[in-house]
Amino acid sequence: MKQLSTKVTSNAHGQDSSYFLGWEEYEKNPYDEIKNPNGIIQMGLAENQLCFDLIETWLAKNPDAAGLKKDGQSIFKELALFQDYHGLPEFKKALAEFMEEIRENRVTFDPRKIVLAAGSTSANETLMFCLAEPGDAFLLPTPYYPGFDRDLKWRTGAEIVPIHCSSSNGFQITESALQQAYQQAQKLDLNVKGILVTNPSNPLGTMLTRRELNLLVDFITSKNIHLISDEIYSGTVFGFEQFVSVMDVLKEKKLEDSEVSKRVHVVYSLSKDLGLPGFRVGAIYSNDEMVVSAATKMSSFGLVSSQTQYLLSALLSDKKFTGTYLNENKKRLKIRQRQLVSGLEAAGVTCLKSNAGLFCWVDMRHLLDTNTFEAELELWKKIVYEVKLNISPGSSCHCTEPGWFRVCFANMSEETLDLAMKRLKEYVESTDSNRLISKSSHERIKSLRKRTVSNWVFRVSWTDRVPDER
Amino acid sequence: MDLLSRKATCNSHGQDSSYFLGWEEYEKNPHDVVKNPHGIIQMGLAENQLCFDLLESWLIQNPDAASFKRDGQSVFRELALFQDYHGLSSFKKALADFMSENRQTRVSFDSNNLVLTAGATSANETLMFCLANPGDAFLLPTPYYPGFDRDLKWRTGVEIVPIQCTSSNGFHITKLALEEAYEQAKKLNLNVKGVLITNPSNPLGTTTTQTELNILFEFISKNKNIHLVSDEIYSGTAFSSSEFISVMEILKTNQLENTDVFKRVHIVYSLSKDLGLPGFRVGAIYSNDKDVISAATKMSSFGLVSSQTQYLLSSLLSDKKFTKNYLRENQRRLKNRQRMLVTGLEAIGIGCLKSNAGLFCWVDMRHLLSSKTFEAEMDLWKKIVYEVKLNISPGSSCHCEEPGWFRVCFANMSEETLKLALKRLKKFVDNGTLSRSCQVGESQSLKSSRKKTTTTVSNWVFRLSFHDRDAEER
Repeated sequence: MKQLSTKVTSNAHGQDSSYFLGWEEYEKNPYDEIKNPNGIIQMGLAENQLCFDLIETWLAKNPDAAGLKKDGQSIFKELALFQDYHGLPEFKKALAEFMEEIRENRVTFDPRKIVLAAGSTSANETLMFCLAEPGDAFLLPTPYYPGFDRDLKWRTGAEIVPIHCSSSNGFQITESALQQAYQQAQKLDLNVKGILVTNPSNPLGTMLTRRELNLLVDFITSKNIHLISDEIYSGTVFGFEQFVSVMDVLKEKKLEDSEVSKRVHVVYSLSKDLGLPGFRVGAIYSNDEMVVSAATKMSSFGLVSSQTQYLLSALLSDKKFTGTYLNENKKRLKIRQRQLVSGLEAAGVTCLKSNAGLFCWVDMRHLLDTNTFEAELELWKKIVYEVKLNISPGSSCHCTEPGWFRVCFANMSEETLDLAMKRLKEYVESTDSNRLISKSSHERIKSLRKRTVSNWVFRVSWTDRVPDER
Repeated sequence: MDLLSRKATCNSHGQDSSYFLGWEEYEKNPHDVVKNPHGIIQMGLAENQLCFDLLESWLIQNPDAASFKRDGQSVFRELALFQDYHGLSSFKKALADFMSENRQTRVSFDSNNLVLTAGATSANETLMFCLANPGDAFLLPTPYYPGFDRDLKWRTGVEIVPIQCTSSNGFHITKLALEEAYEQAKKLNLNVKGVLITNPSNPLGTTTTQTELNILFEFISKNKNIHLVSDEIYSGTAFSSSEFISVMEILKTNQLENTDVFKRVHIVYSLSKDLGLPGFRVGAIYSNDKDVISAATKMSSFGLVSSQTQYLLSSLLSDKKFTKNYLRENQRRLKNRQRMLVTGLEAIGIGCLKSNAGLFCWVDMRHLLSSKTFEAEMDLWKKIVYEVKLNISPGSSCHCEEPGWFRVCFANMSEETLKLALKRLKKFVDNGTLSRSCQVGESQSLKSSRKKTTTTVSNWVFRLSFHDRDAEER
């Protein structure tokens, strides 16, 4: 008889994937401006480090919040004892309002429908436990966040069936891809319980279009299944277009009080928008009372520290702060993304046009030896070990086309980003000459772009994407 | 097709049990010295509120810890970004040392063998996920903490098979009871993956004896695939450190380090009881099995401890002057408070199981039952909640197999409130409203092996023999 559970002995935690191996390499040789200037630059970590100064200023002006005081009086004892899984009411209220602010108050969030969790990692797993039996499946558009393989499947026994998206239309979800995924699940004898999307998308850095959202809502209506929208990056939208949440679409379709609205759930977290992954603050939002009730009880397994709930309730209740923060966050993200995009362009590398997120979805297909995932991995290893940049290969995100990489831009200083771009440019230019000799022309035809032999300026057509209604 | 999972729609979260219903009643009408002096006094919550003053003075003297500073420099960014599931190493080290201190440094803990989790609730569930498959079983001595039904079983699919313990020997685990439980599991076609004990015990308030530990170790030595999980969440509440024997000590004393048993013994800990910080969600798994540590570490992603909290507590627990004084003072205050409850109950003719730890007493109200049944226990409980206005936990909610026992907490209220609670209970008993012992038939009283003193109808003084418990080696 086995001593440990099959969960322990199997590999379903997914942590042997390259996504995590790149981290390990980085850990062994991490870049430091002074101590290790030739080390590996971490570009595989979707952290938001751009606005800490705003939070630190606020903390300095509001010492009570961290100091466990309210109006100068100690509330330490109260907080020390507070383990109610309904969460600190002031915090849930402030969080609901913050979520509304991010959506420019077009939709409302009822704090009573919020369930707090220890990060969205916990929120997503809990939702799976509530909505799916072991062996049930959720459909996810590819490429998707590698962590989902662990978070949604590992202990829950749920399955993921991919909705294949491709660069031919900017990786948007199409009706045919959705139907195919659903049928594939049925072929595999899996009961489809729902669809999970990340909006804005990780790793694409793009927002779901209204067309896609409508498609999804119509689909779940006809199939009587759930839709989970992980909106963890909702506050990182920096483009001109406004962020359209699934909640907006429900409202527009006048479905707010409908039966369908009970099958739409939103996941949120403060890890990306506020840059506080260490504080473990996540949330489930659901219109289904039973889901809220069950998820609330399950949150016992991952409650948010009352110390942290209190601090953040004070922070988010300060509307002056939140308004300034959200604006400034957008501005800085936009500038930083621009810096990455132009840096890549100078190296002859393009990205999917993005307007959100903490990363770009970078097209390095032209740098592959062959249009295969083996070649992608070879390229990735070169980039990690030789160029000394840890970026995430598309295969780790279940992308169906080799050659795409997720490159983060908000977790380092401007200078470090410059250095990273410099290294990349040098690498591309040095390999260009080698590449010209060895690469055969029929492989080049696979790429839609025109190339000149001597000058590696690539311009990928961005009009591949279907025009959206935004 | 069902829209929601069975887990979401079923009742195995266990929250319809009386344990939780009593809380609900309390919530509707909570006692407050000033605002609601006739409200229900909460005696069903195992919280430790006796030493907050010590924590608060430390916080005042060490303001950096809560304000994200180290030596006056801000470490906010570092902490905001810190989500490594290996945990803050300074915190794990301080926690390992604290655990060792709790055991009078008779054993030491390697911080590399510690996995941090959001409370013991998360630790226990995670251990189940690591050690058992759905349908496997763990044996638990009764009575046990009602929350285990949810924590160990709900999402994991693991089963609990009780090891029946009775008042005939002070609720000690016997070899016979253990084997019977094992046989019972086999009859139910369940694969036994381990035994889980709480030491010191909730709800008994007693430390597991050397004899019991010997029985358990013998059992897992014999059965090579069975684990022993020791939830030592109340270790710091033992009134005298020398009376608490951790499973880690047995491993050391019996020189089991190089045997296979070594990797099958795991400890769960938390700061919710010893330090009185349930809101901060700090739990831990300690194991000598690298595979368990590795898997549990990854699983802790689903319930990490806030870095803000890890930092505060690493400072607190690294202060050895503080921890030494705290542990000693905590024990002293708990012992005094328990004494107050015990003598107060004695004065009403109510006895408890002799206890040496915990935040509660295991109170014997069998003589107040109208009949020796759980229905009668429920009736008594309802009277105590609604009429005496005390929320206490009925033994049935703890899966006790004998009706009439109740867990009564003493460390979550002021001295005055405890006195008031005792006063109310005395009044109630004196008024003879609980005067049902007259109706207790001879045949029922024979079921108990204890000697009963004769009762007079008008005077309810009961003196229960505390010498039922086997003489222990302590």
